Amino acid sequence: MGVIDLDAFAAEVGAEGPVTIAGLGSRGGAVPGVRTVYAPSGVEWVQPDEMIVCCGAGTPVDELVAVLAEHRQTVALPPGGTVGGALSVGLADVRRLGYGPVRDVLLQARYVSAVGEVVKAGGPTVKNVSGFDLCRLLVGSRGALGFLGEVLLRTRPIAQCSQWFQREASELFEVFSQLHRPVSVLWDGSCAWALLEGHPDDVHAQARGASLSAVDGPPPLPSGSRRSVAPASIVTMQGEFVAEVGVGTVHHAEPWTPPTRSLRVLELARALQHEFDPLGRLNPGIDV
Amino acid sequence: MNEGLAADLRSVMSADRVRTNATELGLYRRDASNIEGSAGVVCFPLTTTEVQAAVRTAQRHGVAFVARGAGTGLAGGATPLDHALVIATTKMNRVLSVDAVNRMAWVEPGVLNLDLTRQVSHLGLHFAPDPSSQQSCSIGGNVANNSGGPHCLSDGVTASHVLGLEVVLSDGSVVQFGGEEPEEEGLDLRGAFVGSEGMFGIATKVLVRLTQNAPTVKTMLMDFASVEAGAQTVSAIIAAGMVPAALEMMDQLCVQAVEAYIHAGLPLEAAAVLLVEVAGLAAGVEADAERIVEIGLAHDAGTVRIAKDEAERALLWKGRKTAFGAIARIKPNYYLHDTVVPRRMLPEVLRQVYEIAERHQLLVMNVFHAGDGNLHPLLVFDKREPGVMERVHAAGEEIVRASVAAGGVLSGEHGIGMEKRDFMPMMFAPADLAAQAAMRRGFDPTGLANPYKVLPSAGACGDVQHVPDGAWV
Ligand SMILES: Cc1cc2nc3c(=O)[nH]c(=O)nc-3n(C[C@H](O)[C@H](O)[C@H](O)COP(=O)(O)OP(=O)(O)OC[C@H]3O[C@@H](n4cnc5c(N)ncnc54)[C@H](O)[C@@H]3O)c2cc1C
Repeated sequence: MGVIDLDAFAAEVGAEGPVTIAGLGSRGGAVPGVRTVYAPSGVEWVQPDEMIVCCGAGTPVDELVAVLAEHRQTVALPPGGTVGGALSVGLADVRRLGYGPVRDVLLQARYVSAVGEVVKAGGPTVKNVSGFDLCRLLVGSRGALGFLGEVLLRTRPIAQCSQWFQREASELFEVFSQLHRPVSVLWDGSCAWALLEGHPDDVHAQARGASLSAVDGPPPLPSGSRRSVAPASIVTMQGEFVAEVGVGTVHHAEPWTPPTRSLRVLELARALQHEFDPLGRLNPGIDV
Repeated sequence: MNEGLAADLRSVMSADRVRTNATELGLYRRDASNIEGSAGVVCFPLTTTEVQAAVRTAQRHGVAFVARGAGTGLAGGATPLDHALVIATTKMNRVLSVDAVNRMAWVEPGVLNLDLTRQVSHLGLHFAPDPSSQQSCSIGGNVANNSGGPHCLSDGVTASHVLGLEVVLSDGSVVQFGGEEPEEEGLDLRGAFVGSEGMFGIATKVLVRLTQNAPTVKTMLMDFASVEAGAQTVSAIIAAGMVPAALEMMDQLCVQAVEAYIHAGLPLEAAAVLLVEVAGLAAGVEADAERIVEIGLAHDAGTVRIAKDEAERALLWKGRKTAFGAIARIKPNYYLHDTVVPRRMLPEVLRQVYEIAERHQLLVMNVFHAGDGNLHPLLVFDKREPGVMERVHAAGEEIVRASVAAGGVLSGEHGIGMEKRDFMPMMFAPADLAAQAAMRRGFDPTGLANPYKVLPSAGACGDVQHVPDGAWV
């Protein structure tokens, strides 16, 4: 008990001057040239029968996953880096189709605000509609609204059987529509991969029904760009890519410029950022 | 009534969709809670452009505006205060497009929850959030309240099923948050909007995620000699690594009321009845059902009844779903509460709920989403009895306090609205509330979108205990 000292973290962030936060640097890391702080690290408690874990935002995701595995549970965060980094970036891994987006994982956060105060968002239960959903605003905010200190995350049971499969497929939606709630379906234009989880008999029956054969894992993901497209448009994707079917995330070999948001939306996002950090001292230069 | 506002509204939408007669205004002065306010004008836009024009007109007159779906909210969220403009989405009720392959649909906010599911069921799909009010509540209301239902245990509440939104902001601009593309750059404004109780703007289109129907479903009823044994069974099922599709509990008084109403053969002597549903693929469902029965028996379940067919399954659910109708036969009025506690605290908090009700000489029944720890104590009474409302409110507040003290939260699905606005400090410190007020200011700097709800200090207007004229709780 008591691995997380939020007051000490708040004191470190302080109330004045530019400050940036770093995790393990796996997702871009701190803003260069700015005083750097690190979030508390460590798993405070696990409550398997509530499906909730409490940990410091600086805890490495892999460490958290290992602790949860002792209880046959896991958390829908992408591997690598810290919990705070994964939440602040907010991008899921290829299991998003079945595990849901990162934003659905955070139940409660204690973060340090721009004035150096500890603020609580959300609540300690899976189901909760007490007030506005500040947690969802924090996920993906890249530290611009506050620095995550301690988080309560929703866990999920580890499936009895989890297996990747593959088959040639020029018609990707054929495979997709034959499967019941697959965890992941990937497509590179000529071949489809699927991650199926559940009771072993169901997993293998599904695979047989869709003519899939077991493989060791997913294909390597091209890293030129991570594109976000309407899932219906994946069929027309050109070049070297691996697309997440039913989701619309495309890992592409070529670079890509995301479409800009409308001016009014940008204005709104900046107004929110200004409300939380009027002086722009948290992770300066990050534009939300 | 506000004739100047009405006249201007009649110039932006057809005059018959702008109403000011007293009878009609009376219908819109409250939602399904007993919190009353007063509507100045009620209008029924057909399009985003008309919503936009209505919002701009309200702004010009400096009049607050309140989005209203079906008015089934239980926290006073859609209750207009101080003669506000009510913008009802009832006539914006079309399913605009369905992508059956990628399982998503654009719908207008006035589409009723169950109508959406009916319109996609031939595709083997449904909209997962299933509030008990699903026959009558709107998708816009579901979005604004982040509504849940029995099947949200495994599938998540509304927030997990909204991919994108078209919103009219309080300055009348039309924006899109999220969309078919999964990873919008920047802040998750879609996520922040869900659960904003009409205070961040009006949703005029919603992109919902549709969920595949389960090929196999198994529904069973177990009864227990004590509420504790039932609640422990719930915790044990989750701890064993299973997340059933639904895990609902009814206490004895509730079971007796329901049985007298629908004659489903429910066990009248049991202290608690657990309705468990497992859904998915055949082998997983069989294995889970078997283990759940074992866990139930290990906690001294009396009888285990497994629905043999769809008809019996429907009958078991009917018992759960008609609880409110059944209760109306006992006393004319009820007050439905909604709090969440950690599952392991269910027995202790339920014990306190019974004790609180007894102390206030009220009848209480419990019918709730046990799997989520989401309590729904239902106080039943006859409001003609002198002094009873005071007792109902005092008991309600104590129930909320007991839930928060047990490590729970103020609301699991009904929201805060007016009902629990002044309870927010039970759960949040001033700095926490200031952050929520900052969200509100960011979305609505004018403060005219459904003011006086959710935030105890009313964020934008700063008057701590302001209860507007004509409102009563
Ligand atoms: C018998 C009964 C059972 C219920 N069971 C459940 C249950 O199981 N689970 C549950 O979660 N709830 C339940 N409820 C509560 C209620 O049905 C839900 O909150 C529902 O989602 C409200 O939808 P509505 O269309 O009636 O919204 P309204 O009551 O009309 O409005 C609710 C809130 O949403 C806002 N709003 C409405 N439309 C929009 C829009 N387009 N844009 C922005 N804001 C908007 C309003 O301003 C208001 O704040 C129940 C209610 C009743 C009466």
